[in-house]
Amino acid sequence: MMEIGLNHYLVLSTILFAIGLVGVMKRKNLLLLFFATEILLNSVNIAFAAISHYYGDLTGQMFAFFVIAIAASEVAVGLGLLIVWYKRTGNIDLETMTSMRG
Amino acid sequence: MFEAVAFYLFAFLTIAMFYIVVTTKQALYALTALAAGMIFISAFFFILGADFLGAIQIIVYTGAVMALYAFGMMFFDTTRDVKEKKGNKFIIVGLSTLAAVLIVVIVSAPMMSNNIVALYPVVEGAGNVQSVGLVLFTKYLIPFEVAAVMLLVAMIAGIVLAGKKMDLSLTLMDAAEIKANEEKNKKVLS
Repeated sequence: MMEIGLNHYLVLSTILFAIGLVGVMKRKNLLLLFFATEILLNSVNIAFAAISHYYGDLTGQMFAFFVIAIAASEVAVGLGLLIVWYKRTGNIDLETMTSMRG
Repeated sequence: MFEAVAFYLFAFLTIAMFYIVVTTKQALYALTALAAGMIFISAFFFILGADFLGAIQIIVYTGAVMALYAFGMMFFDTTRDVKEKKGNKFIIVGLSTLAAVLIVVIVSAPMMSNNIVALYPVVEGAGNVQSVGLVLFTKYLIPFEVAAVMLLVAMIAGIVLAGKKMDLSLTLMDAAEIKANEEKNKKVLS
């Protein structure tokens, strides 16, 4: 119990990933949906760093870097689109984005 | 001993903060809790000996991403309560847990069968930042450059999308001009 191993980190990563998925499924506001996506990316980063540490391999940390870079660019583009959508409609709820008839 | 104490403390804090993010009705509380959770996550990186990653986590996530969200939230009406989807809670929680466990199984299955070997082992006698640099600028140089191009594209996309009417300067116009512009914009948008 006192010895922290790889499994501890993987369990923590699972819990955080589950919290993020709950957020993705239950949120309707698109901004808060983005927040839940950030939680998902961060939980995976923890798993990568833990595996990298316990196997003495730097590949995990490299992947965590690229995940952070992708998250940063996702935020820039996503927030820009969100601002345009809010200027046009005054609403960022998912239900209002059903412009396609299907 | 101290590692265990730090792990459980920060695990509890991170889970609490992220729970607030997905349950609160105020967008501002969610933003603040997310920023706090990001800093607590960097503590795990420091515990794991990935110092550079921890510093990047604080600088990029709390310094850049959360600040960008904070500035972006000035465009939205964040004071009213957020509406929630009405669905079966058990289905949501069950599906999320199932998917998360599936991810862990997919990642850990190769490790359990002992097929994993260190491709780029930690360099002896070098700090974390040095060894990260050695690997990043030799084996991962092309992904690094591609990531740089991707960030440039994202920056241009963000400027183009969010920066409409950048040719007008609000500081150089007088009040009557700004008022006239607002009237014109209202007609265009509505």
